[in-house]
Amino acid sequence: MKYYDKLIFELSREGRTGFSLPENGWKDSPDDIPGNLRRCRLPDLPQVSEPDAVRHYINLSDMNFGVDTGFYPLGSCTMKYNPKINEEISAHPGFSGLHPLQPAETVQGALKLYAELSSWLCSLTGMSAFTLNPFAGAHGELTGLMIMRQYHISRGDTKRTRIIVPDSAHGTNPASAAVCGLEVVQVKSTPAGTIDVGDLMPLLDDTVAGIMMTNPNTLGLFETEIREIEASVHAAGGLLYYDGANMNALLGKVRPGDMGFDIMHLNLHKTFSTPHGGGGPGAGPVGVSSRLAGLLPSPVVIRDGKTGKFSMAGNPGGPGRISGFAGNFGVLMKACAYIMALGKRNVTKVGPYAVLAANYIKESLKDRYRLPVPSLCKHEFVFDGLKDVSPAVDGISTLDVAKRLLDYGFHAPTIYFPLLFHQSIMIEPTETESKETLDAFIEAMRKIADEAVSEPELLKTAPHCTPVGRPDETLAATHPVLKF
Amino acid sequence: MSKIAEGLLYSESHEWVKVEGDIAVIGISDFAQKSMGSIVYVDMPEEDDEVSQDEEFGAVESVKAASDLYSPVSGTVIEKNAALEDEPGLLNTDPYTNWIIRVRMSDPSETESLMDAAAYSEFLDRQA
Amino acid sequence: MGFAYFPHTEGDIRAMLDRIGLDSLDGLYSDVPEDVLYKGDFSIPDAMSEMEIRRWFDDLASENVRLKVFCGAGAYDHYSPSAAKAVISRSEFLTSYTPYQAEVSQGTLRYIFEYQTMMTRLTGLDCSNASMYDGPTSAAEAMLMTVACTRKKSRVLVSATLLPRVIDVVGTYCKFHGTGLSVIPESGFSSDLEAFRKELAAGDVAGVLVPGINRYGIIEDLSGFADAVHSAKALLAVYSDPSSLAVIRTPGEWGADIACGDAQSLGIPLSFGGPYLGFLCCRQEYVRKLPGRIVGQTSDPEGRRCYVLTLQAREQHIRREKATSNICSNQSLMALYVTVYLSLMGPQGLRRVNELSYGGAHYLYSALLDTGLFTEVSEKPFLKEFVLRSGIPAAVLQEKLLEKGYFAALSCGDDIVSFCVTENRTREEIDDLLSVIRDLRSSK
Repeated sequence: MKYYDKLIFELSREGRTGFSLPENGWKDSPDDIPGNLRRCRLPDLPQVSEPDAVRHYINLSDMNFGVDTGFYPLGSCTMKYNPKINEEISAHPGFSGLHPLQPAETVQGALKLYAELSSWLCSLTGMSAFTLNPFAGAHGELTGLMIMRQYHISRGDTKRTRIIVPDSAHGTNPASAAVCGLEVVQVKSTPAGTIDVGDLMPLLDDTVAGIMMTNPNTLGLFETEIREIEASVHAAGGLLYYDGANMNALLGKVRPGDMGFDIMHLNLHKTFSTPHGGGGPGAGPVGVSSRLAGLLPSPVVIRDGKTGKFSMAGNPGGPGRISGFAGNFGVLMKACAYIMALGKRNVTKVGPYAVLAANYIKESLKDRYRLPVPSLCKHEFVFDGLKDVSPAVDGISTLDVAKRLLDYGFHAPTIYFPLLFHQSIMIEPTETESKETLDAFIEAMRKIADEAVSEPELLKTAPHCTPVGRPDETLAATHPVLKF
Repeated sequence: MSKIAEGLLYSESHEWVKVEGDIAVIGISDFAQKSMGSIVYVDMPEEDDEVSQDEEFGAVESVKAASDLYSPVSGTVIEKNAALEDEPGLLNTDPYTNWIIRVRMSDPSETESLMDAAAYSEFLDRQA
Repeated sequence: MGFAYFPHTEGDIRAMLDRIGLDSLDGLYSDVPEDVLYKGDFSIPDAMSEMEIRRWFDDLASENVRLKVFCGAGAYDHYSPSAAKAVISRSEFLTSYTPYQAEVSQGTLRYIFEYQTMMTRLTGLDCSNASMYDGPTSAAEAMLMTVACTRKKSRVLVSATLLPRVIDVVGTYCKFHGTGLSVIPESGFSSDLEAFRKELAAGDVAGVLVPGINRYGIIEDLSGFADAVHSAKALLAVYSDPSSLAVIRTPGEWGADIACGDAQSLGIPLSFGGPYLGFLCCRQEYVRKLPGRIVGQTSDPEGRRCYVLTLQAREQHIRREKATSNICSNQSLMALYVTVYLSLMGPQGLRRVNELSYGGAHYLYSALLDTGLFTEVSEKPFLKEFVLRSGIPAAVLQEKLLEKGYFAALSCGDDIVSFCVTENRTREEIDDLLSVIRDLRSSK
């Protein structure tokens, strides 16, 4: 990686062009539009040649770290390998040129893919029906909660407006609930890191719409009392929502449907290998149990039992439309290709290999990093900072460890989340990393633990080998400069 | 150890009030600014907005945190501290001279429920 | 049997289990109640090789029909430059996460900063976020944002001339959020200012959403809207096609507070509806209520210019249920696509796209009227999309054109049909479409 200081606007020269378009031979011109409906002057966009533009963006890419660059143990994000065939498939010209409103008879292949992927996801999760329309995990959560509310409302049970969310949950859970018009009630965790069932029980009354759970939770721990929680929430008339952020731990081994969850979302960009793309596009399909199967958002894909033909239709019983069309179709294609590559044979290994890698790192580092919950973890786990030094006394914090890791050529883990601990370091290695990679990471983490004692300044001023040092975030937020 | 200014009244959510007749000048305590770290933005109500005791009237934000502000008294906002718009860090520099809003109180007796400096000091000790 | 995405050898697995102190992989799930461990067979395909996967998709693709697209309605068949596709395929962009670690994410952060700049220049507003999912969801976020900005107001107004699916998505969000929604009927195929005025008088309106170019393709005259909305202490949002903003009056010029819409029209392939790119821009005073990621400029300890995610205290990971939105991500890679697209196009290229679309659309419009099968429904100006009243039932017309490989004449209710022409349609294609339609007349 090397520092490169240009913005595309700084390469711009009046009169330079980078486009390739036919000459305009038409008689009519947009200048015929009445003046008061026209823009005063052309927008000030860059004027660069194609080679200059390409080189600029390749130079920018050189300041970026991706899964293809190196190990990316970002907890809760499942940064697994993104297979290349997926990209080739999603660019297939037989799909990329399809207009979303084309009549069903001209898009049978696309609709069939939607239906096939839905059915595969049902089988992998134990749910009865899936919508592939949500664009991301947060969007899936919101859609799932809409379905939950729609379920209660459709039964005339209108006072269920509260949702229970564990204190260990990702901030998206309460935020999605609030957008959905639900009041958030927090349930505590036990010192062992799982939901405090004793704290939960008194909350369960007839105003509770349901509970949102991540299992394994954000500490990477399996909610062992899931059976009891499920029975109690259902007995109180609530529904169970499964946040699929951590589904990679369970893929091929445990199905949310079998644990009694009524609604769930999957992050295809986590569990199903589609690339994160620097923050999207992702996909957040939502699955529901059989009693909610009629409550999916519009549109739904339907197969005619007699003709075998597929069509797309609105679903008047559901919450409504939550997306312009039927989701990030190009992303769905990638997930499809991934499931085909895995197949029955390999899908049962995803969860176990991911869990194996996480426990291996945990056991290899727990003598140097504080491990607040020592039990078996699933696909990820959380350290609470370094063992031998403390932020208060030595001035070395989790942030310093994370920044120093960048110098060793690794992406940092997720830090300061979950909020249950002050110095959280959340590590998720995934099943696609070799033992050699994990060993190299372990070695770097141990070296950093040594450096924290022997050369603390090295950590406090890290990173040293990246294109830029630590940016001044206070300056950025106090006097925001949001455009050139 | 955080400073506590004498002569002000304090709320449990760490706002202070200086009473000037029927006007309440409202800010945040030294304890509050310290626990926030560098303040990068203060969300303030507009003039003529109504505020109610113990209800949210704005927020202070640092880079990685946000904390809601709760009004210690009820009334009408007559002024907000415009200096904080450009320089929110003033709340870190001197939280007791840099107020946030001035409120014309609708019920001055509400201040009776607030703590004086000594009581606030005890309150902070209990919190620790 | 090995698998390309798993690096584990038998020896590796044994060594790792030893470190953990377990005998077998099953031990890793000893904390899971026995009755929820899945032991059945999965109904998914048997593992397939790359060759088999390719064949499967080729076969599936053969069940689709590639049509010449003469429709828009929120998804436009504009030209996609090779260089934009090439840049987004770079692994360093494609396989990275949200740029939390700024020191190793300057590539992503910098293109988002460029993207934000370009969107503000296109829309004529002060600030842009890092992008959203798609147009309709950006409209929904815009409407909830007006509620947050105006405090205590609980109703939004949307024009019936917006694309129906935009109204639907806004409606879904509002319904669950607890925000009232009124769809204001149109007048003469345009938004009806007087009808809006009446509703605004109630005093409970937080925001108003109107299209820049509406569902009939008509360029709306939004004179008077900003004043009417602002005097009711509400915010005006304009749903725009950003491609058109090279030539038509911008939301900023109309006095809008917010611009939203779908940037798919900036060269993103149709891809059966996604991934597309929602955008959301606003005036400076509302930036703290703008949902989504925002990138800002700052410097590092050596004084080098660099970029970070900023104003994060608005967001869900800090504010939880008090966040301005639940959105955690953006449609980043598509924002990169559009950034590269706009860099290549520049002001002149984007103007050319509009010239070609405008010229072709107006040519088709006149020629369709000349066939005698269509009548004009409005004389208002349009850019690349327009409606006509068809003398043949819309369904029949569309079906006949489909048979000849054209996706055209989308029904807009009754016998009103819409057409759209972009620079991707050649004169030959338009003439061919016309000859098919003329043949319909003779066979009628």
